[in-house]
Amino acid sequence: MASKKTNENKVTPEDANSRRDFIKKSGLFTALALAPPSLVMASENKWDEKIAEYLETVPLSIEVNGAKHNLNIEPRTTLLDLLREQLQLTGTKKGCDHGQCGACTVHVDGIRILSCLSLASMQQNAKVVTIEGLSSGKKLHPMQEAFIKNDGFQCGYCTPGQIMSGIACIKEGHANSREEISEYMSGNICRCGAYHNIVDAIIEVKEGGKLI
Amino acid sequence: MKNFQIIKALSANSAVTSLSKEADAKFIAGGTNLVDLMKKNITAPDKLVDINGLDLKKIEFLKGKTVIGALAKNSDVASDKEIKEHFPLLSLALAAGASQQIRNMATVGGNMLQRTRCSYFYNTDMPCNKRVPKSGCGAIGGSNRMSAVFGASESCIAVHPSDMCVALAALDAVVTVEGPKGSRKIDFKDFHRLPGNTPEKDTVLDPKELITSVEIPENNFAKNSHYLKIRDRTSYAFALVSVAAALDLKGKKINDVRLAMGGVAHKPWRLTEAEKFLKGKEVSETVFKQAADLAMKEAVGYGDNNFKLTLGKNAIAEALTIAASK
Repeated sequence: MASKKTNENKVTPEDANSRRDFIKKSGLFTALALAPPSLVMASENKWDEKIAEYLETVPLSIEVNGAKHNLNIEPRTTLLDLLREQLQLTGTKKGCDHGQCGACTVHVDGIRILSCLSLASMQQNAKVVTIEGLSSGKKLHPMQEAFIKNDGFQCGYCTPGQIMSGIACIKEGHANSREEISEYMSGNICRCGAYHNIVDAIIEVKEGGKLI
Repeated sequence: MKNFQIIKALSANSAVTSLSKEADAKFIAGGTNLVDLMKKNITAPDKLVDINGLDLKKIEFLKGKTVIGALAKNSDVASDKEIKEHFPLLSLALAAGASQQIRNMATVGGNMLQRTRCSYFYNTDMPCNKRVPKSGCGAIGGSNRMSAVFGASESCIAVHPSDMCVALAALDAVVTVEGPKGSRKIDFKDFHRLPGNTPEKDTVLDPKELITSVEIPENNFAKNSHYLKIRDRTSYAFALVSVAAALDLKGKKINDVRLAMGGVAHKPWRLTEAEKFLKGKEVSETVFKQAADLAMKEAVGYGDNNFKLTLGKNAIAEALTIAASK
């Protein structure tokens, strides 16, 4: 399961400990211990942890739903956690967090991938589209409309992933029959069992011929 | 997940050099298996060398062989027009593995190096000689429905999970790797190893070596080949048993044949005895059944997976029948 470290933005005591270890290793801690009062004050303000945090991160430029972001992230941050925890784009769902359910499906440079198995630090200059990036203003994307019309969900948790996959399925040319759609949508699990209606929605969008 | 350093390699050579400097560093490409293993703390490298920037994505059709770059994505290889035309077996096997999202991320080289999905390997509360050497094997005498029926040892009865590798083993592929001492070629059938008493080693690849490409020699199997995968659900599940069957037919006569199985051993399992038996014979239901019996002769079940002995036979005969009728 997801470790709390990757899950939360807050600094847990465990994190703080590991950062202190890091400082110790780098010799900064010793320097601080022998430092004049001004530096001790700096330590009380948790500047040591801030420095460690900075040293443990890597810069990342990434475009999400058309907005450019320049960030500093820990190399271990997954794209899913970056979207949800740092960019507050919680439309992309964390289902299993192990690449088994498809709830975290997003488009990177036009291709559908699993954001839970993708390290954000490996997505330098990537263009990411999430469920939040599909509608224009209040107008829903044709696939979103088709899911509503065809009752393509019940609880809705898998829906953002299903919609992102459904759009890709058509764009890839893998939506030519019900069987082909089922095969190419098999990476998106729906425990409510809305599969039949999801396939209906995808067929409707494909046959509708709207720009997607 | 433990934090780590990440660097981007600019060439295969520099990737190998930067990895060889670190005791606990790993290459990362698609990451679909490695990131998962790191989340579970099954592996916890200090440093990752991101090789995605290397020029190893091409698929080249040369005289006598096709060379597939190690960084070619599984989805790109599966949908490549020429691969479909010349090596449909590979395309079918790739399309049968994982989901489209994962195939869009996973590379050919990474697919070869994926670890077993044996539940004892993944459950860190359980013993597993592959994960922690000398800790024991939970699957022997435990829940072993997915386990091996060929080539297992007292240390490990895990299976290799790849579909792509079963096709590559059948097609006599050759792997090219680059290491600190230069490059070398490894026959695909020798690339993955049997567990013996060192199941922690999946392959003969040195940890400092990088897979750069896989080549497939030209063959006459394009018309009559099939990849049959039997699993618990229609799609997106690992094989209980799979069969790669490739026939070179002249009328009804079997000029040449390749057979390999997945989901049955620690490596893609070539059925060489059955191949020998079939060569020169005429296509018939009886001959295919005899070949299947011969192929499964040495198979041993461990309890929960005994069904694989019958399923394996039926799957071999079925894959050959479908391949012959194409």
